[in-house]
Amino acid sequence: MKKSGLTAVVLSILVSPVYAADKEVNIYSYRQPFLIEPITEEFTKETGIKVNILYSKKGIAEKLSREGKYSPADVVLTSDFNRLLEITKKGLTQANQDVVLTETIPTQYRDDNRHWFALTTRARAMYVSRDRVSDQQSLTYEQLGSPDFKGRVCIRSGKHPYNISLIASMVAHHGEAETKAWLTKLKGNLARKPQGNDRGQVKAIQEGVCDISLGNSYYFGKMLNNEEQKPWAAAVNLVFPNQIDRGTHVNISGMAMAMHAPNRAEAEQLMAYLSSDKAQVLYAQMNMEYPVNPAVEPSEMVKSWGEFEADALPLTETAKHRQTAYRLLDEVKFDL
Amino acid sequence: MNNKKWLILAWATSFCLILPALFLLAQSFAPDTELFDHLWETVLPDYIVNTLQLVSLVLIFSALFAIPVAWLVAMCDFPGKRYFQWLLMLPLAMPAYVVAYVYTDLFDFAGPIQRVLRALFQWDVAVGQHWFFEIRNVPGAAVMLALVLYPYLYLIARTAFLEQGAHLLQVSRSLGQSPWQSFKRVAVPLCRPAIVVGLVFIGAEALGDFATVHYFAVNTLTTAVYDSWLGHGSLSAAAKISILMLIGVMAILAVERWQRGRQRYYHKYTGQTALFHLSGWQAKGASAYCALLVFAGFILPALILLSYTLKSMSFNTDSQLGVVLLQTAWLAILAAVITTALAIIFSFTNRISRQASAALPSKLSSMSYMMPSTVLAIAVLIPMTLFEITLNDLWVWLGFDAPGLFLSGTVFALVFAFVVRFQAVANGTIESSFLAVSPSLDMAAKSMGKSNQQLLFSIHIPLIRKSISTAVLLVFIECMKELPAALLLRPFNFDTLATYVYQYVSDEQLEQAAFAAILIVLAGLYPVIRLTQTGERTT
Repeated sequence: MKKSGLTAVVLSILVSPVYAADKEVNIYSYRQPFLIEPITEEFTKETGIKVNILYSKKGIAEKLSREGKYSPADVVLTSDFNRLLEITKKGLTQANQDVVLTETIPTQYRDDNRHWFALTTRARAMYVSRDRVSDQQSLTYEQLGSPDFKGRVCIRSGKHPYNISLIASMVAHHGEAETKAWLTKLKGNLARKPQGNDRGQVKAIQEGVCDISLGNSYYFGKMLNNEEQKPWAAAVNLVFPNQIDRGTHVNISGMAMAMHAPNRAEAEQLMAYLSSDKAQVLYAQMNMEYPVNPAVEPSEMVKSWGEFEADALPLTETAKHRQTAYRLLDEVKFDL
Repeated sequence: MNNKKWLILAWATSFCLILPALFLLAQSFAPDTELFDHLWETVLPDYIVNTLQLVSLVLIFSALFAIPVAWLVAMCDFPGKRYFQWLLMLPLAMPAYVVAYVYTDLFDFAGPIQRVLRALFQWDVAVGQHWFFEIRNVPGAAVMLALVLYPYLYLIARTAFLEQGAHLLQVSRSLGQSPWQSFKRVAVPLCRPAIVVGLVFIGAEALGDFATVHYFAVNTLTTAVYDSWLGHGSLSAAAKISILMLIGVMAILAVERWQRGRQRYYHKYTGQTALFHLSGWQAKGASAYCALLVFAGFILPALILLSYTLKSMSFNTDSQLGVVLLQTAWLAILAAVITTALAIIFSFTNRISRQASAALPSKLSSMSYMMPSTVLAIAVLIPMTLFEITLNDLWVWLGFDAPGLFLSGTVFALVFAFVVRFQAVANGTIESSFLAVSPSLDMAAKSMGKSNQQLLFSIHIPLIRKSISTAVLLVFIECMKELPAALLLRPFNFDTLATYVYQYVSDEQLEQAAFAAILIVLAGLYPVIRLTQTGERTT
């Protein structure tokens, strides 16, 4: 009896690395699975850690908060900064002191308290009709409110996180009153009610509905890679606004470790991987975003769009005015 | 079981179902007047107006679509009627957001319709100067919703017309009334309870819809709910607005009940009436109208989905898709069976109990239908996680390992949410059928010494078996299409067909997921066709 017991123990020790390989890490993601799965699959290949992803466009912060200390979430991935800050402020994240992250992610793209980390940046650029708009290189966000552009502007819903971020940065730079005035003028310049997504506005430019729109930079690459959408991209130039003053507004996609992560070690490994050269290259190539890792360059296509000055205002500053942005949109009845 | 035990059972199950709504109500009492005031002073009035316009238009269009064709198919004979009977149900299988996507593509500025119109009329296309054919507005959204929702009303109205006391219509005909007059003066008023039930479903769907109205850039009260919660970060304000919407709907329902008064609508099952035979332009008109509805609500979107699939050639022979389909299907069946069983319990209890309050379990459990799906999902999470956390804490305190989120982290949460959400559908279907069973049958059974159980199983259930099938099938289809709650409540590595499709729809790339969307439609087709067949069986 004792011998077989001892054998059992020895065997199980020998066998345990196999069982140990059944590690997993759980992600709650605001980013669509088809965007991140290619990267997480590489991670699993390398480390043997299984990755489970739950995607939802809305409500993850609420879900985390309700689940409390028994939440299975290890890592949260977001597609914009405000969400990232929101979960941090709500106490849903914990610090990741991993030294690797300080090497791969520059200071301005990570939290001082080590809770949130950016993974990529994207510019809120302008898509401008090739033939119908002059002086493209000196365009500014403020100009969208000028009478020259009456009936020529297309935009998605003002309340979309990408636009909220931009409007918040306008409040940070110009103050509430001036931003409200700008929003009113911009609304008057719209060719149609805010509708659709960023790419839909470019489609509208190509159709001749309007001449200028706002959109994230990476969509340019996505359109060029899509047979049906190529003509849209062909009709426009990608312009980085405000190069003549403070620089173009940028946003980030990012990650944070969940407060009650059950698989802490695996979560650290995943987060280190996502900021490492390998994953950053994938982000750059596949999604046409700007990687935060200074050792990784943007893809060739993205580089061909030119370099630009980014607005140096820290995103944490911008985030303070998020509520104001919402309020102003309501006061101006922007979407209605 | 005596009456009291049935009552306890009904109340207990109803209570479980209304827990989410109760917690949401509690949440709404948390102070947040500032946000509410801000909304009221800015956009809330517009949202309310938009909502009223949208819902009224959806109801009007749905009635215009459904009632005439239900009558035609039930009471008249015209070319193609045999096929139209079930064809008219097909739009039920189409998710509303798919139809919305397809039609915006068609009617878009560069879409085929406008291009043709421009060529024909030589409209000016300079930027900023031409007239837009806007589809993305309230009437446009209303048409979209009506196109996929009218089958509910069609189904209920058709069943009601078929079950009508044949003698009443015979009398009407012998008094010289034409088909149109019989329709207007006898059939429609007789079927009032059924029509109201159908319109209430449709109104609730329209009220809680987010995906379609969002795509159509229409801002309703549901927009306000999402804004308050996700934008301004206040679940209590969102809860307040949801509760207000609920109260509004209940007020309208109360008015209708009061107006109906003490009228009762019994059906005598005396077989089918002779059909009105249509000819000439009447017959052609009937066929054309039916054909138009089927084409617009199903055939056109289906063809376009097919063309997307062929274009992108992404047949997604992902074996994963097969698993997703099966997962979604058995979830849906489970929810369908549970809701129908509960609906029978509620209606039966109401019937045998002498107390007026016995009607409440049913009504209360139907309330959650009016809540926007995402809010419902959060409302489900609140009591569920509270319960789990308490239990986990207790387990740990007792010295064992915490079992983790054994409810909200599993499929249980999904099934529960589906049941809470679609209980109203089952209730309405079963209830209107129970109402049509004459109380004299009950009295006869009682006088013969039958127990409650015997009454239910030997007499009522056989009589309402059409409704039972209808309820199960309806809830099944709804669960297959349901999206927002599924997104939030599903466990890891678990997709429903709808959440799978949504990854792509949310990026306006339906083309990639067109094949999966077709699967949703196909999965709904069989139940839809069965639904019409159950309507045909005479009692």
